[in-house]
Amino acid sequence: MNSQKVAEKPKSKNFIEGATGDWEVIIGLEVHAQVASNSKLFSGSSTGFGAPPNSHVSLVDAAMPGMLPVINRECVAQAIRTGLGLKAQINTKSVFDRKNYFYPDLPQGYQISQYKQPIVGEGEVEITVDGEMLTVGVERLHLEQDAGKSLHDQHPDYSYVDLNRSGVALMEIVSKPDLRSSKQAQAYVTKLRSILRYLGTSDGDMDKGNLRADVNVSVRKPGDKLGTRCEIKNVNSIRFIGQAIEYEARRQIDIIEDGGKIDQETRLFDAAKGETRSMRSKEEAHDYRYFPDPDLLPLEFSNDYVEELKSKLPELPDEKRARFIESFGLSAYDADVLVAERASADYFEKVAGGRDGKVAANWVINELFGRLNKEGKAIEDSPVSSAQLGAIVDLIGSNAISGKIAKDLFEIVWTEGGDPAEIVDKRGMKQVTDTGAIEKAVDAIIAANPEKVEQAKAKPSMLGWFVGQVMKSTGGKANPAAVNDILKAKLGI
Amino acid sequence: MTDLTKLTMAEARDGLAKKTFTALELTDAFITAIEKANPALNAYVLQTPEHARVQAKDSDKRIAAGSARPLEGLPIGNKDLFCTRGIRTTACSNILGEFHPTYESTVGQNLWDAGAVMLGKLNNDEFAMGSSNETSAFGNVVSPWRRKGKDGKLSTDKLVPGGSSGGSSAAVAAGLCLAATATDTGGSIRQPAALTGTVGIKPTYGRCSRWGIVAFASSLDQAGPIGKTVRDAAIMLKAMASHDLKDTTSVDAPVPDYEAVLGKGVKGLRVGIPREYRVEGMSPEIQKLWDDGIAWLKSAGATIHDISLPHTKYALPAYYIVAPAECSSNLARYDGVRYGLRVNGDNLIDTYENTRHQGFGKEVRRRILIGTYVLSAGYYDAYYLKAQKVRTLIKRDFDEAWNKVDVVLTPTTPSPAFAFGEKTGDPLAMYLEDIFTVTVNMAGLPGMSVPGGLSSEGTPLGLQLIGKPFDEETLFRTAQVIEDAAGRLSVPDAWWMKG
Repeated sequence: MNSQKVAEKPKSKNFIEGATGDWEVIIGLEVHAQVASNSKLFSGSSTGFGAPPNSHVSLVDAAMPGMLPVINRECVAQAIRTGLGLKAQINTKSVFDRKNYFYPDLPQGYQISQYKQPIVGEGEVEITVDGEMLTVGVERLHLEQDAGKSLHDQHPDYSYVDLNRSGVALMEIVSKPDLRSSKQAQAYVTKLRSILRYLGTSDGDMDKGNLRADVNVSVRKPGDKLGTRCEIKNVNSIRFIGQAIEYEARRQIDIIEDGGKIDQETRLFDAAKGETRSMRSKEEAHDYRYFPDPDLLPLEFSNDYVEELKSKLPELPDEKRARFIESFGLSAYDADVLVAERASADYFEKVAGGRDGKVAANWVINELFGRLNKEGKAIEDSPVSSAQLGAIVDLIGSNAISGKIAKDLFEIVWTEGGDPAEIVDKRGMKQVTDTGAIEKAVDAIIAANPEKVEQAKAKPSMLGWFVGQVMKSTGGKANPAAVNDILKAKLGI
Repeated sequence: MTDLTKLTMAEARDGLAKKTFTALELTDAFITAIEKANPALNAYVLQTPEHARVQAKDSDKRIAAGSARPLEGLPIGNKDLFCTRGIRTTACSNILGEFHPTYESTVGQNLWDAGAVMLGKLNNDEFAMGSSNETSAFGNVVSPWRRKGKDGKLSTDKLVPGGSSGGSSAAVAAGLCLAATATDTGGSIRQPAALTGTVGIKPTYGRCSRWGIVAFASSLDQAGPIGKTVRDAAIMLKAMASHDLKDTTSVDAPVPDYEAVLGKGVKGLRVGIPREYRVEGMSPEIQKLWDDGIAWLKSAGATIHDISLPHTKYALPAYYIVAPAECSSNLARYDGVRYGLRVNGDNLIDTYENTRHQGFGKEVRRRILIGTYVLSAGYYDAYYLKAQKVRTLIKRDFDEAWNKVDVVLTPTTPSPAFAFGEKTGDPLAMYLEDIFTVTVNMAGLPGMSVPGGLSSEGTPLGLQLIGKPFDEETLFRTAQVIEDAAGRLSVPDAWWMKG
């Protein structure tokens, strides 16, 4: 046979099955992250969350006649830091534009944003999905003002407006349409959020609306040109981002397979129903009449300023992950888990410092995170400090306690606190390594169970039963290795 | 005692210093004059006599204590575009209703900190959009000047005081304040000054803070004074100008003592005469005015140079794209939600439409529509972007001119003051009023109008001086030479005081 084998491209696990074959979903995200700053982008008002309505509103925020915006330097620095964290092009000259539209929660009648010349250009974010590393392109990052909030539930006839958010700085981070599954999109937002939190440029708190995403979704037959996209506005949790994409991709596939076509439109995600709904069509889209804001000069800064900020950047998740693998011998998976949050990574490093990194990682990930998750606690609120957990790891390392006793000790420290070494001493939890004492216990067990001794001689795996009995009789404090050795010798196996 | 309202600001300052009269007496003289004149002239939209007296009494105390400030006790009028703390500010538009700002404009604060006394808020074209003060929600301002008929008698036809700072120009010309604040987006200081025989200067963009001044077109708006004399304008501008951290377009440059340069003359100064300003159909009397100006400066030792500003003809059309575009956005905040007029409708859109239709006058609506159109998707490049390119070319024209000359001399307006209604039916004819003045705003340069003589009808004509960026000093010393040669223009008959 001389038939040529055609190299078939492996079917991507990301494809969605439809009635007419496989479909590929194309996703791009516009993430809006509130800049961590004390005051607003163009005014001195506080950005504090949860204040009574309209208590953080300056004359500028309320768009009083004759008021002028003045750029907040810290917000600019935060945008540059973020750009650096995304390995992006920093534009030392950028321009603020006005995006004009009418809405009661938009006092100026326009949002100050950056349209043609953003402060940050192309960058990238690395994500890992199912063990596969992927680089997602960032198109741009720009600074803009947030709007206020309309309150429709305060009065039977009127809507109220709260301007506390009006003018708060946002970074809009636009990805390239590089994402091919809801999982990838979720991983991207998770990673982006992690980077922002490491940098301290946004708290990424999605519950407070400080990080939200507009999700652009289209579908196509693999290899075809891009399909018409729909934009799902303001999705405010990572779970919802996944649900919205799944729903929307399926909706589009069904329409096309039924012979219909996709209309470019803006849609909403209804979290209660888990579905997307049309908000406005392309024809109804606003004409924002962008033009450079004449109240603001172009934003310019020097390369030296960028370098200065760069020199003070903290270690970011990717670098930290590489370092953890390198210097602590962690698996890629464990490293990923530990670096996802800066606080977790810091905690781990304190536990691992001068100790066995793998043991430390095991304890942090399995015992501590497991327990924190169960109680719904954040690492910052952990009842067991990194010093306490370090001491527990030390006690295991010096053979003072067994792994099993260590779990009991962890529980005591979690609920009662205290110095782990002292607890071990006071409560007699120390491992018995005195062979004489262990031998005595072994002899007693052997004497009491002659038939088991016979069985064990025939079937050496019975050893486990004897180990269990010895541990039981010593209250778990006997050194397991010593018990094993002595038993083997006495039983002759 | 002499009529204190006839004094110049400099004379009043001397009188106060010499204690010939008190600040309160001076202020009361103006308050009385305003009460009598305002029904006829409508220069003030709000009189604040009590406020003025409090300020004047404070000034008298300071004068007595020997701690007088530069403008101590000098009564001025404040254009209603300047926000005044606790005092109604409307930009002469219904949409602001009874708006009382909780803040004072930076320029205003500078003046009060210098000791000036505010007599009230002056009328202007609605949102400073107009060249005749016919678009104000408070009605027309009437010029104190009247045309002389063929019989040599004064006509009773009402003339416009120019605009948009028509209240400022009329009040200064009629002696209803020593000087006034004004703003200039396309000629709104210089054109009314020219039509009323007063002196007005629009300083370099960025010289005065725009903070607290109701915005019309942000990249063009600039505050400046109107005064009776070149010296008065110099005194005022010195007090008004400042670098302001609240306005990032204001410039951090020292403010010179403009009065100090007034006697320096123009010997050796190179004066440019732009050939493009010899527009078709220019009236012989405007031509004569210009020639007189040239002759005066020449005889004072200046050298005269023909120059070319080739993109001048594009300035007016480009201006009428840029200014409305910015206005359409700047005026979006007047939506009836937070302050000012609200006319409720069945829904949000209705409320917006009702409010803005009833709140804005016709000319303002026209400019919002033009501005919205030129910024629309698909039109932006053809209009706004192109207009901005024209602007760059106009700036370049001037940059090249500054290699050859130190100052440019032109007429301020293409014609003398006109009567009410003469141009209101034809917006284009009205827009042509700005033909000599808009280039200055487009290039961000300082421009000044100084009286140059009377028309055949006995009404004032103004000469315009254009200077290099932040070189207001050259404008002042050149204007002083013209003023010395042309003489001050005073209204021949105070008919408005006769009830």
